[in-house]
Amino acid sequence: MSKSSLKQTLKDLDTKKISIRELNQDYLKRIKEKDNLNVFIHFSEENVLKQLDNLEKDNSAKKLKGIPIAIKDLFCTKSMPTTAASKILENFNPTYESFVTQKLLDEGSIFVGKTNLDEFAMGSATNTSFFGNTINPLSKENEPLAPGGSSGGSAAAVAADLCLGATGTDTGGSIRQPASFCGVVGIKPTYGLCSRWGIAAFASSLDQAGIFSHNVEDASILLQSIAGFDQRDSTSAKVDIPNYFENLDDDLNGKTVGIPKEYSIDGTPMEISKIWEDAIKVLEKKGVKIKNISLPHTKYALPTYYIIAPAEASSNLARYDGVKYGFRSDEINSLDEMYENTRAQGFGREVKRRILIGTYVLSAGYYDAYYLKAQKVRKLIADDFNKAFKECDFIVTPTAPSAAFPLNEKQNDPIKMYLNDVFTVPASLAGLPGISIPFGKDKNNLPLGIQILGKHFDEQQVFNAAVSLERSYE
Amino acid sequence: MNNLIKGEKYDWEMVIGLEIHAQVKSNSKLFSSSSTKFGSSPNSQVSLVDAAMPGMLPVINKYCVEQAVKTGVGLNAKINNYSVFDRKNYFYADLPQGYQISQYKYPIVGEGKVTIDFKDGTSKDIRIVRLHLEQDAGKSLHDQNPSKTYVDLNRSGVALMEIVSEPDIRTPDEAGMYISKIRSILMYLDTCDGNMQEGSLRADVNISVRKPGDEYGTRCEIKNLNSIKFIKQAINYEAKRQIEILESGGSIEQNTMLFNTSTGKTRPMRNKEEAHDYRYFPDPDLLPLEISKEEIGKIKLSIPELPDELKNKFIETYKLSNYDASVLTAEKQTSDYFNETINSDPELKNHAKIVVNWITSELFSLLNKNNQDLNNSPVSPENLGQLIKLISTNEISGKIAKDVLEDMFSSGKTARQIVDEKGLQQVTDQGEIAKVIDEVIAENPKMVEQYLAGKDKLLGFFVGQAMKLSKGKANPKMLNDILKQKLNKKN
Repeated sequence: MSKSSLKQTLKDLDTKKISIRELNQDYLKRIKEKDNLNVFIHFSEENVLKQLDNLEKDNSAKKLKGIPIAIKDLFCTKSMPTTAASKILENFNPTYESFVTQKLLDEGSIFVGKTNLDEFAMGSATNTSFFGNTINPLSKENEPLAPGGSSGGSAAAVAADLCLGATGTDTGGSIRQPASFCGVVGIKPTYGLCSRWGIAAFASSLDQAGIFSHNVEDASILLQSIAGFDQRDSTSAKVDIPNYFENLDDDLNGKTVGIPKEYSIDGTPMEISKIWEDAIKVLEKKGVKIKNISLPHTKYALPTYYIIAPAEASSNLARYDGVKYGFRSDEINSLDEMYENTRAQGFGREVKRRILIGTYVLSAGYYDAYYLKAQKVRKLIADDFNKAFKECDFIVTPTAPSAAFPLNEKQNDPIKMYLNDVFTVPASLAGLPGISIPFGKDKNNLPLGIQILGKHFDEQQVFNAAVSLERSYE
Repeated sequence: MNNLIKGEKYDWEMVIGLEIHAQVKSNSKLFSSSSTKFGSSPNSQVSLVDAAMPGMLPVINKYCVEQAVKTGVGLNAKINNYSVFDRKNYFYADLPQGYQISQYKYPIVGEGKVTIDFKDGTSKDIRIVRLHLEQDAGKSLHDQNPSKTYVDLNRSGVALMEIVSEPDIRTPDEAGMYISKIRSILMYLDTCDGNMQEGSLRADVNISVRKPGDEYGTRCEIKNLNSIKFIKQAINYEAKRQIEILESGGSIEQNTMLFNTSTGKTRPMRNKEEAHDYRYFPDPDLLPLEISKEEIGKIKLSIPELPDELKNKFIETYKLSNYDASVLTAEKQTSDYFNETINSDPELKNHAKIVVNWITSELFSLLNKNNQDLNNSPVSPENLGQLIKLISTNEISGKIAKDVLEDMFSSGKTARQIVDEKGLQQVTDQGEIAKVIDEVIAENPKMVEQYLAGKDKLLGFFVGQAMKLSKGKANPKMLNDILKQKLNKKN
């Protein structure tokens, strides 16, 4: 693993140990070397150099000036095309900049490229992209591993040290699970902390932007940069954004950690159970009180998620109809045919599967049994957490039920694939912040992740617990 | 009141309910800041949100919400503190999102009612089920190119209020009166410009027929009617069509119909099987709409006097009939004009009925003839008041006043000016009138004989002749009295 760090780089830039140009040329070189990983859907050296030129002319002080950042290709960007990894948006060039990426630009960061993802963020292996698989940088030769998904490109970009941080989006685990697979830090903040404005929607009530980084400190710096209220997003929260980095405190003495018994599920590999126990032991040593808690509706989280997310997606993706922008089929003899052929040819299998599921669960006669019931269960799951958080300050669980799996595994078994989200989905349904940090390895020396969940808008506690665990592990 | 229509075999009753779509008067759209101006060049008022670009999100326009609440209050309806925006999913080229944001389960306004007034002095309440806010779609233009359809998104996202009535309407006239009344209320409230030609107010009509006393029959819905005339025509045609089917032993299919304005016929657009499954669900991009009692209270305070209140005030203050008062208050500009006229001179308050007549018959017919609107009437309320005062004080006769009004209308002069310039003052001098009468009697000895022999009807002839001789200026009552006196003296 690389020992890059944003914190150190900012210092080195400050003390002129390294120039912005040197820094970025170093990263450009590596990006070109690692072309085989298929991390980027869009990469243009010319574009990066142009940004460099502009920044060098800019004399103002900026927090992230010259820092190479990779952007998940779900964020609309003015300077680069935005595809959502779908043929239906091939060659789509937004005329607007998403809230999150604009914040990063305002801070002076440099966008190295748009990273690969599962088509419209639907997947757990970055293998449903129209632009091909991304390969996990930790793969051994001839044994390509999946980087996880959907933000697999961003996770891989950080893991391969092609940037000092990357944006991701997390709907049911799409930041935390790939972070775990690639051995990097990934945080999904509280729903509403970062504006969704300018992010192509998958499931509006769950989608949330977040950060991949080399370590917890870096994540705390970057999250502060992309968070904030935005009046253009009605679900954006009006909360003060603390300086997470300045406030980092690894002293957890006197805190209480919740250990949910429902997260011990049959079939979880021993190695996963072991790192979970290790993490608990570390915390105990640090004076943290261990509290066994119950989140009784956990087992319903996955089916609930796979009703609500596709339902919203089926409606959110209706706008890709060939009328206004993006791909339009050539075979058109009527309006209906335009829709049918455009969407049949423009969307991949997984997207179509979820549109079908979503359409089904919202249909007259099925709505009450599926969608409405799922909404009720979602409320129960959120209530579970609310109750649990009366007794603890944060919750610790594994991030994913396995380490990175081979690229082609589970390709044809959607249910198996969906099970990857078992530990991450409940917090998504409840809108809670969650971070995944590398913590231990499996027998193949692949990284495993520990997930820390916090109360709504208590990202600081999540960071504190994460940095504490991280420092003890190093 | 008999509202039945005759079929070949039976008498039938129509059962009608209306869904009115009223465009909210607002400078910007329901969920974006684009302008709502009518008639701008195609696609010039389209934001990223209106065009449903990836990642764009709706943000509620608070002013539109206030307008809906105001309208709810005007419809005597319950305002819901909690309402929810839902997505109504369907594909169409002029629906960029692939769904319309509307309100389904929890509308912003609940049950209400409006009253319609008939000529015979009776009135009827039409109950309102709900009012909800929703987005309008864009426009598909099929006639610009032989092989293409163009889409104009200027209207896409404009705020509409859908006002749904109970099936309380029984005749085409009632339907017309109901929509006129709604239009009137919205215009008083200034929540809709009421312009039916531009499509600011349009209606879907649900209609079924039944034998009196029976359960409701199967209904058909006629879509998108934008004039009261078409609404009545469509109802009449559709009722007849349904009756013919039922009387020949058939049954009605629940269809959605379109009305062809040139043939006056309805035709099916889609049937129940082809009906869309709109897959309504709460829009996850928007929070539920919560309005506090305080906010509703504040909006209530801003509400002007509405037609029904004004009508009752007019009936009470000026002793007008229910019908006269409802005609006066149907449009805000009429009641404003009436108020200004009657307040222009204290004397006029005792002649309210005359003021009503001069506005609603004489002035209206002149405006109609000249294709003008009361708002830019060449005769100001003050000037009309002056004219009426001249009548009420017997300075001029009603007949002459009509000529004077026409003159005022075309020349812009005041009544006083015209009367003075042309010397139109009524002759009220007994001697002068007697002189004229003497002349008429002297010139028509034969007629006098016949009259005296019992042909009373000839009195009119003498009045006419005398009036003509006085150039219409003789006071009619005095003329009558003196004439009778003189003729009877001959006896």
